[in-house]
Amino acid sequence: MSGILVSSKIVGAALVLSLALAACGTGSGGTTSTAPPAAATIEIGSLYEPQNLDNTAGGGQGVTEVFNGNVYEGLFKLTDAGKVENLLAESHKVSPDGLTYTFTLRKGVKFHSGKPLTSADVKYSIEKVTAKDSQSARKSGFKPVKSIETPDDATVVVKLASRSISLVYNLSYVWIINSAAKNLTTTEDGTGPYKLGAWKRGSTLSLDRFDGYWGAKPTNKGVVFHYFTDATALNNALLTNAVDIVTSEQSPDALAQFKDNKDYRVSDGHSTTKLLLAFNDRKAPFDKPLVRKAVTSAIDNAKLLESIWAGYGSLIGSMVPPTDPWYEDLTKVNPYDVNLAKKELAEAGYAKGFAFTLDTPNYDPHPTAAAFIKSELAKVGITVTINVITADEWYSKVYKNRDFAATLQEHVNDRDVVWYGDPDFYWGYDNPQVTKWVAEAEQAETTEVQTELLKKVNRQIAEDAASDWLYLYPQIVVASSDLSGYPINGLNSQFYVYGIKKG
Amino acid sequence: MARYLLRRTAFLLGSLLLAATLLFLLLRLLPGDPANSLLSVGATPEQIAAARHQIGSDRPLPEQFGSWLGGLARFDLGTSFVSTLPVGQEIASRLVVTVPLTLLSFLLAVVVAVPVGFLAAYRADRWYGPLLNGVSQLGIAVPVFWIGMLLVTVFALRLRVLPAGGFPRHEWEDPAAALTSLALPVVTIALVMSASLIRYVRSATVDVLGADYLRTARALGSSFVGAMWRHGLRNAAVPVISILGIELATTFLGAVVVESVFALPGLGGMLVKGIAEHDYPVIQGVLVVSTFAVLVIGFAADLVQRLVDPRLRAHLAGGRP
Repeated sequence: MSGILVSSKIVGAALVLSLALAACGTGSGGTTSTAPPAAATIEIGSLYEPQNLDNTAGGGQGVTEVFNGNVYEGLFKLTDAGKVENLLAESHKVSPDGLTYTFTLRKGVKFHSGKPLTSADVKYSIEKVTAKDSQSARKSGFKPVKSIETPDDATVVVKLASRSISLVYNLSYVWIINSAAKNLTTTEDGTGPYKLGAWKRGSTLSLDRFDGYWGAKPTNKGVVFHYFTDATALNNALLTNAVDIVTSEQSPDALAQFKDNKDYRVSDGHSTTKLLLAFNDRKAPFDKPLVRKAVTSAIDNAKLLESIWAGYGSLIGSMVPPTDPWYEDLTKVNPYDVNLAKKELAEAGYAKGFAFTLDTPNYDPHPTAAAFIKSELAKVGITVTINVITADEWYSKVYKNRDFAATLQEHVNDRDVVWYGDPDFYWGYDNPQVTKWVAEAEQAETTEVQTELLKKVNRQIAEDAASDWLYLYPQIVVASSDLSGYPINGLNSQFYVYGIKKG
Repeated sequence: MARYLLRRTAFLLGSLLLAATLLFLLLRLLPGDPANSLLSVGATPEQIAAARHQIGSDRPLPEQFGSWLGGLARFDLGTSFVSTLPVGQEIASRLVVTVPLTLLSFLLAVVVAVPVGFLAAYRADRWYGPLLNGVSQLGIAVPVFWIGMLLVTVFALRLRVLPAGGFPRHEWEDPAAALTSLALPVVTIALVMSASLIRYVRSATVDVLGADYLRTARALGSSFVGAMWRHGLRNAAVPVISILGIELATTFLGAVVVESVFALPGLGGMLVKGIAEHDYPVIQGVLVVSTFAVLVIGFAADLVQRLVDPRLRAHLAGGRP
């Protein structure tokens, strides 16, 4: 009998222990929103932790989200609406031949280390992007740059080998960094409204307000990015007020619980991420535009988008999203029409269909999309074998070795229609006319001419069905309803936090 | 004893070296190139070559292995390809979460499982004996992430008494906050672990309860508690201790799932990320540290078993069993 008494005491102790644990939980379980509104710290939830803190050394999408415009600033900035505005450049002049750009720097700008900004830092920062060992995704945009001169501390002169109308836009991606700074993969020295607080890998990254900032003070005291690997865990954090806002919701199933809840606001903005069924345009059968058109018409993109995003996102019918200046609605060029697809296949000599392997990255939404495409194409007699590969194999097999028939891939950047002008790109679309238009657009004297030429490019690639642009991702921000001033489009995964206010 | 310790240490180091070699070779068998994780769409061949050179994946394999092993001998786990931080430093910061999580779960599981398992055996004839047995059966069948999600739904989303996940930014500076965020993960792991432990404790107790020596002790006038304490517990403990060692090791390695459900910045998350990014030094570092921990736990379980059971000590002193 006494044995039971002893053990029930132990069980009791265990119960007390767990109750005690539960009790100390009540103190901090969901009360982060009680701080005074004016000086509040904003808690931000994100799925994109930086790999490191240097965007020219493989920092990835995460470092853009947390640092662009917040910690580092460019000479120009791309607003959330897609406009290019002066930032660290006060003004700039272009020579009549378009080959010399003279930038005048804003006065009174200081780095977080206290050093004043000079033209030497700008020269250093641009050269960091164009350097031999740079892993910047923006490197190719600066090919026309011949030299960078610094006649005085406040002036930068960039000389070009050929006209480059995108130079100013491209400069909005170049972080201006203190040329004396060290260890940029783990620390920073920028000019932005925030400086890096602490980065706990796998958990949080905090930004503190920088008191020496040249511009308007941020409307919050600071922000903390909380990183999650699991979308459900992220949503739970929002539901329990552990975070105030989610930068980019990737779990449409979870949206219902926020949509009909007055404590939260769901914003449906524009993204620049496109899901592509990219054909290998070099190899049969996809070297024939007619075959590519048939495949495009055989897939019901609207149904795919609905099943993955449940009413969010949009159809674009080409590579250009609505936030690019040369956008046009081209969804009618290759409409969803199974009979048309069959007719085109017959015309191309594939009346009985054919078989191909679809290289499919192993992360969402690619496998789902692949299964859908397989069932759609079966209806017109095309047999699809789905080959699931890792992101890393994708780089080796598809991107480097071009050893593929067709593949699925998301392309995240804006203004990336110009890749169709490069016959050496992985999809191998080679239309000399398009290549010429892309080159001419870059050397155009006015943005009107550039826009007109890129519209032509866009129409041509749609008519050739260079790829099948399945859909444009939505950009969904979910925030607690007492929050305001946050960006809703998140172009190129930027997320300006200085305007966010609580209460 | 000294000879035994020496032999065990040599065995431990040998196993570690073998594990390190296997790890290194197996990782290199995986398809793909770690340089890829540093690049994005639009990378030029020149950029790809620069990335490979930077992380050293263009060097011959024996050279890479030699420099890694040399570092290991100096307790240097190398530098992450991706974050460029020392791997050892990051592992240390992750252990701040994983070690307390493992130990607390283990303690809670033992505290629950030992009395419950004993009760299930001792009171097999009462209604709650089979009930406890059945519940533990159920506990083994249910996946750990499901229990975690269930606890989150009840205690975090409905009752709002505990956080749904995450770990405080200032870690153990505020022990109450840190413990609070570990509460649900600890209960989750402990529930699953105790479910199987209960069954071991129960069967060990059943064996002891029917043993002759216990009956003899009772016949000589010992009370039940006295007999259990002097003879029963020790005998029942021997098989349970070796199971405990294995359970502790499994928890340490198996925290991955629970860490992901509760968004805890532990060792498991680091390993998963390392694998996704093909970050060899990170994967190797985490696995070597885990292997070391498992070997040490096994060693410790062995020692404790010897302390409890004099027969094992006799064997070691030279007597034949």
